[in-house]
Amino acid sequence: MSNLFDLLVAGLATGAIYALVAVGFTLLWQTSQTINFAQGEFVMLPAFLMLAAMHAGAPFWLAIILGILLSMILLGLGFKLLLVDPMMRHGVLPLAIATMALAIGLKEAVKQFFSAEASPFPSIVPTGDVSIFGHAVSLQSIGVLVVAILAVVGLTTLLNRTSLGHQMQAAAQNPTVARIIGVPVERMILLTFLINAFLVALASLLITPIYLAKFSSGEVLGQAAFIAAIVGGFNQVRGAIAGGLLIGVLDNLAAAYVSTQYRAAVPMIFLIAVILFRPQGLLGRAEERTV
Amino acid sequence: MSGFAKPLKIALGLAIIAGLIIVPMNFNRYGLFILSQWAVMSIAAMGLNLTLGYAGQVSLAQGAFVGIGAYAAAIMTTHGWPLPAAMLVAIVLSFAVGWVLGYPALRVQHHYLAFVTLAFSTLAFLVFRNESWLTGGIYGISNIPRPHIFGFATNKPLPFYYVCLGALAIVSLAVWWLIRSPWGRAFMALRENPLRAQSLGIDTRRYTLMAFAIGSALGGVAGALYAPLTQYIDPVPFNLSLSLDLLMMVIVGGAGFYFGPFLGAMIAVLLPEWLRFTEGYYLMLYAIAVMLLLIWSPTGILGILDRYMAERRTKAASALRAVAKSRLETAQ
Repeated sequence: MSNLFDLLVAGLATGAIYALVAVGFTLLWQTSQTINFAQGEFVMLPAFLMLAAMHAGAPFWLAIILGILLSMILLGLGFKLLLVDPMMRHGVLPLAIATMALAIGLKEAVKQFFSAEASPFPSIVPTGDVSIFGHAVSLQSIGVLVVAILAVVGLTTLLNRTSLGHQMQAAAQNPTVARIIGVPVERMILLTFLINAFLVALASLLITPIYLAKFSSGEVLGQAAFIAAIVGGFNQVRGAIAGGLLIGVLDNLAAAYVSTQYRAAVPMIFLIAVILFRPQGLLGRAEERTV
Repeated sequence: MSGFAKPLKIALGLAIIAGLIIVPMNFNRYGLFILSQWAVMSIAAMGLNLTLGYAGQVSLAQGAFVGIGAYAAAIMTTHGWPLPAAMLVAIVLSFAVGWVLGYPALRVQHHYLAFVTLAFSTLAFLVFRNESWLTGGIYGISNIPRPHIFGFATNKPLPFYYVCLGALAIVSLAVWWLIRSPWGRAFMALRENPLRAQSLGIDTRRYTLMAFAIGSALGGVAGALYAPLTQYIDPVPFNLSLSLDLLMMVIVGGAGFYFGPFLGAMIAVLLPEWLRFTEGYYLMLYAIAVMLLLIWSPTGILGILDRYMAERRTKAASALRAVAKSRLETAQ
């Protein structure tokens, strides 16, 4: 049983990071029908921005702030203005393809300008274990969980309890009506892009100490976030959170109990099953099917 | 493309074909390999164009079918079977698997379908990597023989390039015929308005599955050529990025245009090679080029041409109208 407990904790910790990435993914989808195939690379990049700031001599805390700010400028503002805005009116597919190209570009840029090798990354949480119910749990897992939960609670409070959040939801659900009642829809869309950039930067900060900073590390992460978003419900923030946690736990349990070779297959089969039998996702609302 | 006069179009087509046959004769090994790769990827992209461009079904699994075809060909030819027999098996196998993969498309559409096929693609990759009794696992299959065609050995790069080119020609003709047949029209009806297609008595279920199966079978053909081309296969080339690359080829060339896949494959295979002089920057420049192109023309390269032609036609038509109008006025 102690094994199962450890697996659950580790699964929840990775799942919480997936959830952060998946939430950003669904936010972009809801407000601007952007399927961001570069979301994994968006998580990969901020760690390198932070590392670059540290190489330039900044202390760790300053590097974190700079990294998050730069990500918001590049991956939030820049992404929206330079790629999404010119392409949004042409439908979902061309933009999705363009984000695939962006993913290649980001990977290659990091490989070329930084390093093709994996670089170690400092952790914001001290290493070590604490004892919970007689189980040794790593501080790292706890730290990741706490930060991720805080971020998610903060975001849902923003979305559900504040006027700004209500305006964002209105802009996402029905832009035309939102515009009529005076919601600055364009600004709300920009805000979701900035929030996404903030979330991926945060995810980057949490996950990179565990898996090292590498130009290709976004591939696996991006896929996990996709699956989490779809499994939970593409159009619901809480769905993405549940999906993220579920995929994290499932992934860890599959590695332990199914086979390490086919561990990646378990979330995929789960994904196919969910899409076929409950396409709106476990917690999602049914979307109008466009004929 | 109807802006050109017909004889001019035929002459242009013949010139390109002659160029593809004659020009590579003094190419070096590597140049021929790249051109053969272009031919192979064009076949796979043509299959995806049928599924996506004509029938409107998003698939992120074409790379997996290239893999299925490649492994079928590699396993059979290394066990002494001739390539045509292996190719037949590759086609039948990809057709059957493609048919089954089409079933989700009957239930879900658009991005959901994209994700189902994406999951399938990952699953196929895991099977290639893990079932080492069949596929050789991560060590792959080496010493894949190249075929004898009508008694000619095609071991050298140039003869095998002609094999790829010949296959491309056959597939191109078959697809040309297909999209002009009632089936092709049914595919397009499916893309434009499935509901209306159904009310016109088109069996949308069957045609959706068919669009997937035929597109996948062409992926299998491409794979069955890819294996003898590289003479060594392992799972890595058939991972998700091949599927994404093929999708990019179709969109960049122009989805739903007959010549789109040829151009898209040219850009995806040749452009990185031409940019190689920039060393480490070539893939970055390629990515930027693709993004800029899509911002400029979301319907791909042929979309630009199409728009230009349409503009010219409207201009010509309005000029004719103006002439007719002035004639009317002078007649009055």
